[in-house]
Parts: sequence; structure tokens; C-alpha cells
Amino acid sequence: MNLHRRHFLQLAAGLGLSFAVPGLGLRAAERRGAERQKSLITLWMAGGPSQLETWDPHPGTEIGGPTGAISTTLPGVQIADLYPRVAEQMAHLSLIRSLVSKEGDHERGTYMVKTGYRPDPTLIHPSLGAIAVHERPDDRIEIPQYVSLGNSEFPSRGGFLGDRFDPYRIAAAGQDAQNLKKSVDEERQQRRLANLDVVGKSFAQGRRRKVDATLHQHTIEAALRMMTSEQLDAFDLSAEPEAVKLAYGDSDFGRGCLVARRLVETGVRSVEVNLNGFDSHAENFLAHRNRAKDLDPALASLVQELVQRDLWQSTIVLVIGEFGRTPKINPLDGRDHWPTGFSCLVGGGGLKSGVLIGETDPTGQRKDPSDPIEVPALYATILQALGVDYAKELLTPVGRPMKLCAGNVIPRLAASG
Amino acid sequence: MPTLPRPKQFGLPLLVVLGVLGLVGWSGRPPKTLPLPEQPIADDSFATSLAAVDRALTDRWEREGLIPAQPADDLTVLRRLSLTLHGTVPSLETIRQFEADDQPHRIDRWTGRMLQDPRFGDYFAERFSRVLAGAENGQFVLFRRDRFNAWLSKQFLENRPWDEMTRELIAGRGLWTDTPATNFTTSAADEGNLDSNKLAGRTVRAFLGQRIDCAQCHNHPFAEWKQQQFEGLAACFSSAQVTVRGIQDNPNKKFEVEDRMTLAKREVSPAVPFAQEWWPAEGTSRERLAAWVTHPDNKRFERAIANRIWGLALGRPWISPVDDLPDPPETAEEQDVLDILGRDFREHGYDLHRLIRLVTASRTFRLSSSHPAWDEGEAGETLESNWAVFPLSRLRPEQMIGSMLQASAIKTTDQNSHLFLRIIRYARERDFVRDYGDLGDEELKERSGTVPQALLRMNGEFSKEMSELSPVSASGRIAVMAPTDEAAIEISFLTCLTRRPTAEERDHFLSQLAPLQGDARGPVIQDLYWTLFNAAEFCWLH
Repeated sequence: MNLHRRHFLQLAAGLGLSFAVPGLGLRAAERRGAERQKSLITLWMAGGPSQLETWDPHPGTEIGGPTGAISTTLPGVQIADLYPRVAEQMAHLSLIRSLVSKEGDHERGTYMVKTGYRPDPTLIHPSLGAIAVHERPDDRIEIPQYVSLGNSEFPSRGGFLGDRFDPYRIAAAGQDAQNLKKSVDEERQQRRLANLDVVGKSFAQGRRRKVDATLHQHTIEAALRMMTSEQLDAFDLSAEPEAVKLAYGDSDFGRGCLVARRLVETGVRSVEVNLNGFDSHAENFLAHRNRAKDLDPALASLVQELVQRDLWQSTIVLVIGEFGRTPKINPLDGRDHWPTGFSCLVGGGGLKSGVLIGETDPTGQRKDPSDPIEVPALYATILQALGVDYAKELLTPVGRPMKLCAGNVIPRLAASG
Repeated sequence: MPTLPRPKQFGLPLLVVLGVLGLVGWSGRPPKTLPLPEQPIADDSFATSLAAVDRALTDRWEREGLIPAQPADDLTVLRRLSLTLHGTVPSLETIRQFEADDQPHRIDRWTGRMLQDPRFGDYFAERFSRVLAGAENGQFVLFRRDRFNAWLSKQFLENRPWDEMTRELIAGRGLWTDTPATNFTTSAADEGNLDSNKLAGRTVRAFLGQRIDCAQCHNHPFAEWKQQQFEGLAACFSSAQVTVRGIQDNPNKKFEVEDRMTLAKREVSPAVPFAQEWWPAEGTSRERLAAWVTHPDNKRFERAIANRIWGLALGRPWISPVDDLPDPPETAEEQDVLDILGRDFREHGYDLHRLIRLVTASRTFRLSSSHPAWDEGEAGETLESNWAVFPLSRLRPEQMIGSMLQASAIKTTDQNSHLFLRIIRYARERDFVRDYGDLGDEELKERSGTVPQALLRMNGEFSKEMSELSPVSASGRIAVMAPTDEAAIEISFLTCLTRRPTAEERDHFLSQLAPLQGDARGPVIQDLYWTLFNAAEFCWLH
């Protein structure tokens, strides 16, 4: 039986008998430049980062607070002075300062910005990363094709695409990936798997096709494939030079970004790295200074390395959170939720770089930014760059037609050709 | 090689009972046994309704030319009942008592007994609280899921009529801590305001089995629901507000909606979408809505709960999705199982226990999940869609963790359980449910397994703990105390799979155990446990 053969192949691989394993194509890792399939890295800024303390500072104004601005490699564009290293990489990126959404609650806002749809009680939409994997699967990849690093209060979902498209979650990057190590020696593991075949056989009697449809055996196979895969090394930072690790910063988020680079290098389609702690209703400036200590080195190193390794044309990097924060500074020196005129950085994957879109009012009086961009438009642009037919309609399990993305591409940003 | 501590070293009192059970039984107190009802429900109307359900099923099989599966054996039915009503596999203790019961109507009497067990209330509360209050936790100050679940549990255990429960949920007033039913309302609190749209959508889905939430934004694509009708329903909740005295109704509060096209505001009055004659003139708008929802002529109300109970028992609702039922049939010829169950339910005071007993006594619930047709061809699907075979469905994460805990414990785990198990359950359940993939409030959808689930079962900390050779775990105790290798294997199968091993399985494991003596058998038993936890048979309702 095929499944048995597969078992033994994988066991053989686990025992170091790699000759027994057919070529599992690490070739994805070798390809470079535009010939690579495209991947997406989302750096998720959980809690809602202040646009004023990140990519849209207004120094010297009433709303600007104490945050200063610095020039960047993108001519005419200044960002908050908390981000000197990102400033050096800005020429590779584009900046939208006029994102708008209608959701000012964390959970609803996260849903909106992760999926491009407002929450709907009758179904769950897939997140952007899940769509990318669903539409552009790659069966050479033995490890999960959608990985989420770092804790997330409202995790991304496969939604109506199915649980299989939920991201594989790892709480702290750089440590052992969760549940991937077998807990007994190889001999016992073999005994366990042989046992499983015996017990599985009784159950399959009179249920064979039904049991196949449960994918139970399939998921065990896939899990074993993953447990013995060389591609798991992508999660392991021990081979990275100290200097590189240091450049990303000694933080979970920094290690997450480095793992993200390794994962896309291996061919993983979609990675998200979570950075928590932007919900600064009080002490906004202190909170953002602290977040910048993690974000500035990690993001800058990620962009720099992707460029240096010729992965930039094949990797989209998106830095975004559920909303921005109020221009008005509250009496606790904090800023509150502000789902209009917030900022994101996006670049790579063939998207145009150096584009600046939108502008917010330096006085904070005018609520709406000029040149407003809705999240679905951004996602249509990203999906198109990933080679996904974003306007395609899928049928949800209840038979309701649903577009992958309800927006239209932003031509100024779109990948050319 | 781990050494197995002897139970006596832990100073645990060992209760030696006769037979194999005695050798593995261990307890600090005498087992608590509920009285067995002498007879199943005696009244003739129950038998009449059951016969009508079974006739509807057999007529359908005849019409389709299907030969149904064989009846399932009693232990398999016991496993289903235990998973459905308590969310766990039955304990070895329960299995032994069940097998010792040689009186007639064994299954029916045991169903009655399980409905009297607090674990039934707790497990059903857990399942219904997702439906009634969603899966998110909301604002803790206003929404107390613990209170809500405790209240639901009590109602289910005491068999409070479903129409009464429904009215209290929809129209309840008071503090969410003091009058826990009001948590239905406060679970829809958003920054201190109550979300009338959410409440209207949830009410109709949970109690009437209809999805009209879509009509919140546009007209429902399939049914006759219009946006206007949704707004009228939502307006029924608009008078509810959060006050210092909890949820109260303020009749002067207006409900305004913003037109999506013109952005103009307009006021909407409470209204129901059809059957105005059930809509009383008196009471707060929530009370009037509750009366309308539970009106005896409202067939949607009884069909919705019948469909949900069918789904909870068989893993798949009679009509999927569980909360999007077509309009009730207008003629007697079109009536189906839901109408038979619904009528019996209404005519007997909206008695949930009776409804559960009726569903679990039906032919389909007692059929095997195996059928020769599943081994080849396409006939299996036809059999399953016509309920001529018991459907396979994935256990919910709560059932998985409950079963792993139960299987690793031998004795029934309930509030009398060893503290160790209760602590694990408390500390681990939430994490496990999250990692295994919480289904949220999307109940009863057909799902396949996932890779992270397989990894969690195979390598996760929890499965490791559960199959570990500790003095309180079943595998540890079996390894030490089972008198023979055969007994060790049989007990492991019974505690995990609620069945005895086949001859082939027995020989397979015997060959591993036979060469070993004493403590050296430990790892083999541990691996046997690992195997059983990871078998499809363990992870699916069948």
C-alpha cells in the first residue's frame, strides 16, 4: 500500500538514509530573482500603531507631539525619527498614508485589515495570506506554507477556505517549532506507526472510503513528512551568523523576521510576524519608542537582506496594523483608535517602489485623508503581484459566491508587466 | 527506561474489587452511582413518535432502494451517547457497570441516567453558549460567560422547557451576574452599547434556524427575507440598554438606521417579518418578540431545535447548515423527521430531555457507521445522505480533550475526580481547544482533520502527559496492575475505543508484550496508548 511505502521512506529519511527519499526539491531555495514564485511577508502591528510615530510624522504641530522626523532614501519623504535604519531602506518601499477602514474596534478592525472584508456573522473570510496559499499552492513544500510567528490575539484564519488554510502558529520564533519533535526514539516511533496501521485497519473495514475522506491518515502522513523534512531547518536560527542575528535585534520579533526570511527562501508562500503592544491609550510616545527598538532593526534588516539575496523581486513585505491612532493626544499622553488616514509600508514582489500615496491633515482637523485608499484595493494590488486572480469568485460552503478580494488594483503601485 | 512507582508508595488507598476492574480500580472514595431508572419513558405517545420517525426513515430507504447498515453494538451506542451528552468517551468504570446491567431496555435506561448527570448540563451548556453568545469573549464587565454557562447547565440538567428558556434569554432583565440569562443580551455589547443587529441575527439563527443576518446589508439571496424585515427585528432589541440595574428596557429609545446609499437616517419601529397574529400587543418589544418566536404555531421554533439536537447527536444536522432551514412544509406530505420531532416536542411541553431521547432512540442513531458500500463505489454517499448509516464526524476539540482525559483516567472524571485531573482539565482545555482549532460558534460543519492537529496529538505536551506512565494515569496503572498481558490490552482498548481488540490487534500487541517482564512492559503500554489516541477511530464520532 502506498501509504506504507511513504511511511518507510519518511522513516528512512528520519534515520538519515536520505538516499531513500526522492528528490524533494529544495530547488525553490536556489532560484533567485524574478523566476522565483512569489511570497508574502506580513509584519502585523497589533493594537494599531500610531501613524504619527511611524511613517507619517507631523513634527512641530499640535498633533505631532514630541516625535521628530528624519529624511529617508525616498526623496521628499520623512518618517519618524524612531526609525533611522528603516529610513535607509525606504527607497525600496512604497508608503500609503491614507488607508481608511470603517472598523475602530480591535477585533473587527483586525478582521477588516487581515481579510479585506468587514466582519460578517454568516461566514469567516480567509486572510490575505491564506488566499495566497490557497491560490498558489506548492507541493514541493513539506513544511506549512502559511506560518504565523509570535502570539496573536486575533489569529489569521483560513475561514471558508477551510482549517487547512489556517496559518501554522509558532509562539516564539527561533525556538523549536511546536510539536514537531517526536517524543520517543526512532525504534519506538516505528513501533507506534506500525501499531497505528494495525488499529487503523480494523476501523477501515466497512468504512474505507469514508475514512479516506476524513484525511486522518493524510494529515498524519503530512505531519510525519514535516517532522522529517530538511526544510524544517528554516525554523532553526543556529546556522545564522551572530552578526546577522544581532542586526535583526535580540527580540522575538527580530528573530521572527529572520525566520520569515529563511522560510520564504525555502519556498514558503506566506509568513506573518506579529509585533504586539501598539495599543497606546496612555503613554503613547514611550510605547512607540519601545516598539521601534524591535521594529526598526528587524524591518530594516529584512528588507536589506531580501535585496542583497536577490529575493526582493519575489517577496512582498507588508507592514500594517488594524488601524492608526488619533491625531489628538489625550490627557493620559495617549492616542486612541483612528481607522481613517493610517499608514502602511509595502514593497517588493515587483510592486513599484518609492511611491507615496495620500496625505493627512497636519492640524488633525480634517478627518479624511486626501487620496483615501481602502484595504481591499491594497489587497487586490498585492494579490495581483502574487499572481492571483483576485477578482475570482469562490463559492462559500453555503453556496454564496464571494470574490477573493472586493477591491480594484491601485495602478500607481501595481507590478508592471 | 522509566521506573514505575508503585501506587502504595503514594499512599493512595487501593480499593480492591473483584475481577480485572479491581486490579486497576483506584479511588479515594466509593464510586458515586446514579440510580438506574427502572423503565424507559413509558407513555405510549413516545413510542408512537419514535415509530413515526423510524417509519419516515425506513420509507425513505425503501424509496431510494437502500439497505441500511447493521445495528451498532451496544458499546458503540454507549460511546456515542457519552460523547453526545457528556463530551467524553465512557470511563472503564461506566463500561463495566453497563456490561453488568442485564435488565431489558439497557440503552434507553442509560440514556436517561446520563441526562441526570451534571456532566450533561455542563457539556450542553458549552455547546449552546457558542450558539447563543458567540465564541468571542466580549467585555468581561458586561458579559460573564462563566455565569451564563452555569445558568445554562442548570436549565439543561433540570430540563427547563425550551420555550421558557428562550423567553428568558431574549427578554431577560437585570444584572448579568444576578440574572445570568441576560448575558445573551450583554454578549452583544460593543463599547457599552448593545448591538441590536447582532442580537436580531443571533436570535433568528439560534431559535428559528434562519440566517437573516445577510439581510442586514442586502436582501437575502435565497429566502424571502428583506432588509426591511431585518431592521424591524433589530428594532425589537433597540429598547434594551445597559444601566446600573443591568439590562433594562427603555421604551423611549429610538432605533435609527442609516441608509447605505443616501446616508440619511430613518427611524425604524419594532416589527416581525411574518405572522403578525402571533405578535402580542402587550409587553416590552423584547417580550413581544420572545412571545412571537416561541408561539406554538411558529413551526420554525420547534424545527430549529430538533435539527440542532439531531446534529449534536449524529454529528451532522438533519438539514445543513444547522441554522439555515428552508420554510416549514405546508402540506402533511412534505413533512419530514424534523416535523415529527418538532410536534412531539411541542406537545410535550418543549421537553429537551424527551427530544434527546427520541433522537438517540431513532433507527439511524442505533445503526453502525460501517457498511459494505463504503468500501467501494459511490453508494456510501447515498446511504449517508439518506441516514441509512451512522455518519462519521470529527470530534470537537472539547470532546477530544475530554476523551483523552477520560481514557487516561479509568474512573469517571467529573467533579468528584482527582484534583490532578481537574487541574489539568482546567489549565489545558483552553490551550488545547485553541491549538486543535477552535470551531468558534460554527457548530456542526463538516470538517476534515488538519496537520497541526495531527502534530498536536502525536507530539504535543498534552498527549505526552496523558499517555505517560504516571501512578494516576491509566497507562501507568495498567502497566503495573493488569494481571495478564491480555487484560492490559483489553483494558486499554476499552478505555480508549470503548471496544475490545480484534484477534489480530490482540496478537499484534501480545507479541510486543510477551517477551517483556514487569516494568519493561511500561513503554509498550505507553505506545499502545499513544496509538489509540492517534487512531482515526478515537478522533471521530462513529
